[in-house]
Parts: sequence; C-alpha cells; structure tokens
Amino acid sequence: MNIAKPNSYRSGPDEAGHFGIFGGRFVAETLMPLILDLEKAYAVAKADPAFQAEMNGYLKNYVGRPSPLYFAERLTEHLGGAKIYFKREELNHTGSHKVNNVLGQIMLARRMGKKRIIAETGAGQHGVATATLCARFGLECVVYMGAVDVERQQPNVIRMEMLGAKVFPVQSGTRTLKDAMNEALRDWVTNVHNTFYCIGTVAGPHPYPTLVRDFQSVIGNETRVQMQEVEGRLPDSLVACIGGGSNAMGLFHPFLDDPSVEIFGVEAAGHGLTQLHAASIAGGRPGVLHGNRTYLLMNEDGQIQDAHSISAGLDYPGIGPEHSWLHEIGRVKYLSATDDEALEAFQLLSRLEGIIPALEPAHAIAKVMELAPKRAKDHLMVVNLSGRGDKDVPQVGDILKGKKK
Amino acid sequence: MTTRIDTRFAELKKQGRSAFVTFLMAGDPDPATSLEIIKALPKAGADVIEIGMPFTDPMADGPSIQAAGLRALNGGMTLKKTLELVRGFRKGDDATPIVLMGYYNPIYIYGVDKFLSDAKTAGVDGLIIVDLPPEEDEELCKPALKAGLNFIRLATPTTDDKRLPAVLANTSGFVYYVSITGITGAAAADTKAVSEAVARIKRHTRLPVCVGFGIRTPDTARAIASHADGAVVGTALVDALKASLDSQGRATAKTVNAVADLVASLAQGVRGAQQAAE
Repeated sequence: MNIAKPNSYRSGPDEAGHFGIFGGRFVAETLMPLILDLEKAYAVAKADPAFQAEMNGYLKNYVGRPSPLYFAERLTEHLGGAKIYFKREELNHTGSHKVNNVLGQIMLARRMGKKRIIAETGAGQHGVATATLCARFGLECVVYMGAVDVERQQPNVIRMEMLGAKVFPVQSGTRTLKDAMNEALRDWVTNVHNTFYCIGTVAGPHPYPTLVRDFQSVIGNETRVQMQEVEGRLPDSLVACIGGGSNAMGLFHPFLDDPSVEIFGVEAAGHGLTQLHAASIAGGRPGVLHGNRTYLLMNEDGQIQDAHSISAGLDYPGIGPEHSWLHEIGRVKYLSATDDEALEAFQLLSRLEGIIPALEPAHAIAKVMELAPKRAKDHLMVVNLSGRGDKDVPQVGDILKGKKK
Repeated sequence: MTTRIDTRFAELKKQGRSAFVTFLMAGDPDPATSLEIIKALPKAGADVIEIGMPFTDPMADGPSIQAAGLRALNGGMTLKKTLELVRGFRKGDDATPIVLMGYYNPIYIYGVDKFLSDAKTAGVDGLIIVDLPPEEDEELCKPALKAGLNFIRLATPTTDDKRLPAVLANTSGFVYYVSITGITGAAAADTKAVSEAVARIKRHTRLPVCVGFGIRTPDTARAIASHADGAVVGTALVDALKASLDSQGRATAKTVNAVADLVASLAQGVRGAQQAAE
C-alpha cells in the first residue's frame, strides 16, 4: 500500500482524534460537549504529576503491578523455537489487563465529579474491573452485557453483582458486545449530566482510544524494563489477541518505534474466515460505528454484521482505530485464530504451564504455536497473557464434554 | 439555494401556523406498504416528511424505532431502495419536503458523492445524520450543502450558548431541537423548558426551529407547536404502524389507515396551536 511512513508511529492521534483516516468523533450532539470536557480533563490530568503518582500507588498496591514477565520454559521446549515469555496480566487484581484502564478512567471520573459509572462488557472482565473500582471508590455502577454473554460468562455476572453493580442483560440486536455498547451509549445520552462512560477498549469517539491506550501502555513499558533486566535487550516479537484491541495496544505502543521488534495482533476467526467470525481487519473494511471510523464487519449496504467468536471478549465486529491505521501502514501484522485453534491452545497451556488462560489470549497462544517454531532459539517472543480462564472453565468444560460424546 | 423545506416554512409562516413533521422508517414493514403510507401523509396533514434510513445499530433510538429499522432490514430494505421510495413519492407530490434521517455508515459505504447526487435526483431535500456533529462537517455536511441539500442539525439541552454558534454554522432548512437528553420515544419534555430552549436558539439563528422527541399526543403536539415552528412525531406513528401488523409482522388492510388516522389527529393538534411569537 502506498502510504507514506511517518517519522514516529507513536505521535497520533491528531487534534481531531484521527489516526490517518481512522478514529474521529462520530457521536450524537448530546454527547459532544461531554466528550470535549473529557478531552480537556484528561489533558489536565495527564500533565499533573499528582494524578500519575496517585495512579501508580493504586497500580502497585491495589492492582499488584508490575505484573511478572515469565519465561514459559515448557511451552518453549514443546514448540522448539523462539524463547517465549508471558506478560502475566492475568495475575492482576480482577484477573485481566482491564483493571489498568478502568483505574485511570475512574480516577478521571472522580476529578470530573461524576458519581455514576456505566460500562459495556463482553466477557465480563471489563465489567468486573469497573464494578471493582466503583466499589473501591463508592460509585454507582451499571454494566450493560449482551444476553448471550450473560449466559456464557455466568461467573463474571455473579462477581459483578457481588461487587454491588447492576448488570443489565441486553436483548437487542445480536445480544453480544456490540449491542451492549449501543445500550451503554443510549444510557449515556439519557443520563449525560451525572454519568461517566467507562469504555473498555481502545475504541469509541476521541479521546477514548487515546486515553485507554495510555492507561494500558503500562504493560509495554514494564515489558521493556523487565526484558532488559532478564535478557539485556529488547524482545524480537510481540503477540497479543485483539477484540477491540486494548491489551494489544498496551503492549505494542511503547515498541512501535523500535523497528527490530516484529508485532503480531491476533483476531478471532471464529468458525473460519469464510464463515461466521470476528476478524474485522481480515474480513472487514473501513466504516463508521460507535463513534469512530475503523475496520468493521458489514454487508454491502453498510449494515453491521454479526460477529462470532467462542470468546465473548473478542466477539465484536470492529477494532480500535489505531489498529486499523497500524494495519494500513504496515507496522503491525494482523493474523487470526479460529475457535478450534484457541481451544487447543487453551488446553495445551493449561497442561504444559499450569496456567489456565482466558479464551481471549488463547487466540494469541494459538498463533504463537505457529510463529515460535519458525524462529531461532535466541528469538525473544513476548505474549500478552491478558486474562485468566476461570470465567471460561464452565463453558470450555461443556464444549469438551460435548466433543467427547 | 431554496429548497422545498425553505418554501414550505415560508408558506406556513404566512399562514401563521407551525409545521407538523412526521417520522417513519423507510421500508417498514415492507417497501410497497411503506410507499403507500408515505403517499398518504400530506393529505393526512403532514407538512414535512422525515424518512428513516434503516441501520442495524441506531445508537440514539429507543426500542420502537430500533425494531422498525430491523423490520425494514428484514424486509430487504437498503439505502438504494430508500431512494427509490422517495422517487416513488415524488411522482405524485413535488411540494412536500422530504428529509432523510439516520446514521452515517450506510451513506459512507454507498459513497458520499454518489449518495448526494442520487438523493438530490430522487427528490430528497435535506439530511439529518445523528452521528455527524459539527466536528465532522467535512464528511458529509459541507458536500451536502454544495450538492444543494439542506443539512439539518440536532441541537440538544447540552448544546449551550457557547457551542450553539458552531452547531448552527452550517445548518440549513431548519434546526431540530431534541427536547430531552435521551433516546427517541422517551418521556415527554417539559413545555416550559422547551419554550425557553427554542427562544435561546432563536437568539442565534433565523432558521425555523422544530422540536422532537417525546411528543405522542395531539395535546402535547399543540403545546409544543405553540412554542416552536414545528413539532416532530416519530415513535407514536411507528407504534401505531406496528399495532396494525399481523402476528408475523406483516402489513394488514388496516396498516396505512392506522398511521394516516393518527397523523390526522396529531395534525389537528398542531393546527390548533398559536403560532410562536417571533
């Protein structure tokens, strides 16, 4: 593709929130003043050392950061190629990377005087993280979750309710993450005066893709330091799964300007790219939804299509706008893994490393199983283990039982 | 550039009354019935016709209009067929303004330039695109003005005096004041708050101001119309249409009249209003 390479891959977005042609602020007028306020509040907070210091305190003592960079010795031996490290985001409080972003947004909401927090959730990890921090700071919490996801991720629904959140099962559309996001936006339009919308991924109207990326960049920043400590150099490749793409962006962004680092994002290929799937870059094209222009799954009339993934957290027909840009400009390679490949990786990791991963990062592991054997033994590969699999145990157990029959 | 919208509001001003603006979804419940309904609207008392362009993910709409969009899409409605619907209507009516209302993605995918040219040819007069605030004016608003179509902007209770000039800058035809912070079909707006908001907007523009969201009955329509240049009713009409369908969601012999009768009674409400003081 003939797109001029920028001097830096890390300087975006522009003032209007664009990464190349992607991003922007495609929202109803009712929300526009609030989005402009949020942008201002974030700029002030970002420049305030007290904000960062307070956040670092909670990241250390409440979330449990830094998360370890772990050498996956048995997986490395098994695959017989690259030296594989896991960034252990699944060890964070609440069990995934989601808490990094939620902490930042809740602290912003507090600065803005908002007392009511709403969130959408797919797998429930973002909902649990939001419910957790709302409990911690005494804020009202409402979580929208597709009715299909409420069924398949029951453990997280129970957790959110225990933490004091109200969970609304969304019955409209395909009853998954995209519809949860529509419903959260409807709530926000209605309660705009007192409500902060805590978006769970690097998508939505500007400034969300930027601020979520910034809050998640702690993942990549720690990885740089930790890899320097154990191996004395930068990693050679990074791999992460992508629904909206926040765990991936958090790992990737600090390395975008290091040309020696190969970067792979892994979308969910569901039943396969010629059937129902959730791989927006592999099977979609640029369009406008949920406040931003980005790659979307849609039909020839611009109607959004149903996504499918075994993993509720990846079951979304879009992707963050910065990923769309990184794809078009060629800095990140986007691959995809099917439901079956993810299930196989889920089981392999459980048995080889004693780590039950969430189905989301199992997609990343599935591609590591292809990439690592082709790489030299001194190749350093980092995988973002973005969440733990406790929430998926009932679902995967049922699937495996069904397969044996 | 004078559009049918400008002409219509000028006529109504002479008559000393407010406009009754109707909203229905294109292709609900099927393209043929939808055309019959739209054709019946002017006679029943609609002064301006808004036609929804169905979209899978209508973020600012309540359950009624969401369901109407899905009925239309399930019936095979597309943006191309929506333009055909307008063309069909124009064969018998060259005066009633038609405004297309919806979301940006189907237009973006159709192609902005091709859409504007096809819409103009079909007889469309204006556009209301919910997810295109002034910050995104380069996308469609400015090209639409160039193509001779009105771009009608939504102003809301959160649009304060500081922001109003930006919202009104490229607006033409009329201003659509969304009377509540919320989605379509939500609770009715407070008449006093609406009248203050309309007065506030009128300090910034000479364009007509129409008010929508939350108007369901002839009484509310009358109350709102007496404080504004027009009252918009959507959800109530969509609900009446839905109530006339059979158990499979198909049109019945009653469908066209169910909508036309409600339009007639709401139009009487609007016509009973005192024109807002200038």
